[in-house]
Amino acid sequence: MNFIPPDFAPASSEIFILIMVCVVMLADLGAGESRRYVAYLLTQMALLGCAVLTFLSFSTDVSQTFSGMFVDDAMADILKLMVYGTVAAVLIYSHSYIEDRGMLRGEFFSLVLFATLGMMVMISASHFLTLYIGLELLSLSLYALVALRRDSVVATEAAMKFFVLGALASGFLLYGMSMVYGATGTLHVTQLAQIIQSEASSKEVLVVGLVFIVAGISFKLSAAPFHMWAPDVYEGSPTAVTLFIGSAPKLAAFGFVMRLLIEGLGEMVADWQGMLIILAVMSMAVGNIAAIAQTNIKRMLAYSTISHMGFVLLGFISADSNGYSSALFYVFAYVLMTLGSFAVIMLLCRFGYEAENIEDFKGLSKRNAWYAFVTLLLMLSLAGIPPMIGFYAKLAVLQAVVNAGYIELAIVAVLLSLIGAFYYLRIIKLMYFDDPETSEPILPNSDVKILLSANGFAVLLLGIFPQALMGLSLYAIQNSM
Amino acid sequence: MSSGFPLLSLIIWLPIVFGVAVFATGNDRNAVLARWIALVGSLLGFLIALPLGSGFDTTTSAMQFTESYPWFERFNVNYHIGVDGISMPLILLNCFFTPIVVIAGWEVIKERVSQYMGAFLVMSGIVNGVFASLDAVLFYVFWEASLIPMFLIIGVWGGPNRVYAAIKFFLYTLLGSLLMLVALIYLYQTSGGSFSILDYHQLPIPFAPQILIFIAFFLAFAVKVPMWPVHTWLPDAHVEAPTGGSVILAAILLKLGGYGFLRFALPITPDASHYLASTVIVLSLIAVVYIGLIALMQTDMKKLIAYSSVAHMGFVTLGFFLFNAYGIEGAMVQMISHGFISGAMFLCVGVLYDRLHSRQIADYGGVVNKMPAFAAFFMLFAMANAGLPGTSGFVGEFMVIMGSVKISFWYAFLAATTLITGAAYTLWMYKRVIFGAVASPAVERLEDISKREFFLLAILAIFVLWFGLYPYPLTDVMHASVDHLLNHVSNSKL
Repeated sequence: MNFIPPDFAPASSEIFILIMVCVVMLADLGAGESRRYVAYLLTQMALLGCAVLTFLSFSTDVSQTFSGMFVDDAMADILKLMVYGTVAAVLIYSHSYIEDRGMLRGEFFSLVLFATLGMMVMISASHFLTLYIGLELLSLSLYALVALRRDSVVATEAAMKFFVLGALASGFLLYGMSMVYGATGTLHVTQLAQIIQSEASSKEVLVVGLVFIVAGISFKLSAAPFHMWAPDVYEGSPTAVTLFIGSAPKLAAFGFVMRLLIEGLGEMVADWQGMLIILAVMSMAVGNIAAIAQTNIKRMLAYSTISHMGFVLLGFISADSNGYSSALFYVFAYVLMTLGSFAVIMLLCRFGYEAENIEDFKGLSKRNAWYAFVTLLLMLSLAGIPPMIGFYAKLAVLQAVVNAGYIELAIVAVLLSLIGAFYYLRIIKLMYFDDPETSEPILPNSDVKILLSANGFAVLLLGIFPQALMGLSLYAIQNSM
Repeated sequence: MSSGFPLLSLIIWLPIVFGVAVFATGNDRNAVLARWIALVGSLLGFLIALPLGSGFDTTTSAMQFTESYPWFERFNVNYHIGVDGISMPLILLNCFFTPIVVIAGWEVIKERVSQYMGAFLVMSGIVNGVFASLDAVLFYVFWEASLIPMFLIIGVWGGPNRVYAAIKFFLYTLLGSLLMLVALIYLYQTSGGSFSILDYHQLPIPFAPQILIFIAFFLAFAVKVPMWPVHTWLPDAHVEAPTGGSVILAAILLKLGGYGFLRFALPITPDASHYLASTVIVLSLIAVVYIGLIALMQTDMKKLIAYSSVAHMGFVTLGFFLFNAYGIEGAMVQMISHGFISGAMFLCVGVLYDRLHSRQIADYGGVVNKMPAFAAFFMLFAMANAGLPGTSGFVGEFMVIMGSVKISFWYAFLAATTLITGAAYTLWMYKRVIFGAVASPAVERLEDISKREFFLLAILAIFVLWFGLYPYPLTDVMHASVDHLLNHVSNSKL
């Protein structure tokens, strides 16, 4: 029997990042206390190298490898490129924050890179096992990141909560997958679709499995009623880690949903559509209403995330490429806005002072008019006010929803986002209408300065010219397998 | 008429570019520079808007000065702009008022000058965009974007209760517009993928969806007009806004609602409009009669004028839903004239407020002894507000009353009571503030209006008298478009 080595080319960027994780760990060991920036620079280089590899291998062909467990298609490439960009931005934003808090160590960077690898595997998986491996790699790295400040009680509590609930969700997911396996006899995403189509499987078992899978996905997306972990984890984690949890993994989760629900269980659309409707409406309701009561900015943004994930799920409901691409557009817009918002929070943190309350935004426009303006753009975008990108994200999703004939759902969605507008407005109110309580100057590093300004402008400019990004989202969806 | 020169785009974007330039001057050390850039920008904005009036062809109802470029093709959204006889006068009105508020805030605003001036310039451009948009998404973008500068103007430079007023203003308006957004997406779907407003005008819609679409439009525009019973944000916003904010709010932003009815509600859902006309008329009459009585009771000058605005805007919606030429043209004239009169009234209150920092009627009295020139101007505007013949306030109200006589005597009767209540609340306020003995030492120290204030009030006085005595240029411009609209609305779209 001949051993035929698998084709490694489609997974070149994953392999590269794995090597780089080891390099970062070793280099950090050797670099010593005074040269911590080596790990930082190596991590950024690893991300850049991945981007180059992914970009070079970009093609519209679908190539499968590792016995069909791993797939490289245009959607995967585009999502991965977005992930690299997001992670790089997270690192730039959080660099000085983690340095001030003694977290600038090799572990931080290797965990971030492991999480990134997990996301890449999730995005490229075409088999339930690879999907699960990717998910766990991501989740375990995140648990560890949350607990990185081990002498902080809040962070440890958040990590415990995150871990226990996350493990529960993984259990759900695995249980659901085993049901699906029992009904169909396969875990391959592509074969699954064929078997369900040929109706050679037990429908009842499949539906039960589907329920567990959707529940597991909702945990990971932090959609209500499986959202409970999000506010506590967002609040308890160091802000840099919150930023990481809140941004890039959502892109991976989008890929995860695409592979699992649409490519694998797409034939069961009638069954999961109803579940997603309930999840979406509950998320938007819980997220928007609960956010009003928050005084902690990180908790508020957690609830805001929950409501935004409701909108993303709404995009899936229409079950056509129009809807999926609008959901992808929404996720990207969401990531862009989240990056900026948390970056501003970290900007307000000083050495030995954590900006956590919305009161910390008081009088920002008098302290620094420019960052107040950037925050204004971000908040308006989160509220979905044109001409910011958040508006087009909502428009695209609503259009898909109306197209699918759920006009009542669109009305519910806009009414709930009206409630949402209130708490974003409150931030603007604090920044512009109130007087500052401290006159401490805001002095970001020049790289943060440039990136945050670019981030704010991107929210505005991609809002005025959304055509390219919308086209890219549609292209990604149409060229998935 | 479509010329190669993108005049309309220039009218929209020039103020915005200048507004950004004003923002860029930064903090208050450069306040003088910010003021001058703002003045130059707003004057230029007005000057380039003049060819829009002079080059306008009054014989056609077709869109003029049109420009159309694809914006994002995924949803077939175009940057499509153009004006007709309904939108053109409103754009000119807006461009006219921008330099007015810049000059009005010249010495009064001392804090964050660049942000104040910049916000007004940006807003001016955005509002021009609302009036000129022929694409529903473009319209919606401008429509919502106009909230942002006004929100900041009220919230940053407003009075003590400004936060409440600003958030109320924002959320009320957002509620209406979000439902309109769903209606627009529905129209996009049923029209087979078009966001063109002109396509929607031709689109047949069954009765039940028409009613729902009408209700969505109605909520969006009724909040903005504002009609009774969704008017409660207006007095709050007016009272708390700085003078310039009040002027723009009354003179320009309220007109967005009226314009929306003419551009969207009536032509897109004519059957629903006819079906629900009596409801709208009743709401308008409640605004005219009941809000007029409420205005009588006010002790705060700005609140009084705000309530009188609601009553006057009641005439506008009343006129629209009479479906005859007198009604609609009268309502249009009323919109323009209310712009000048309410703008002038708020400027007058602003003149007093800048000196005494009080808006309470009771704090004044005998002002005429100290400020005779001001008293004369205020007299003229108060008379115009009461609808005195010879001022522009009379023309619109008279035409709408004429229009309503044709439908029902009682409509006309109730509408005409405004001539009594309007005169009562305006002149009573005038009497208490201006006449009588000098009320307090503070009033004793008042100085008459400066050259800057004189100039502002004089210009407005000229327009109020001009359109009162000779409204023909105004009605001539809108005649063809209104006729076309009436024709269009009388045909069923079922």
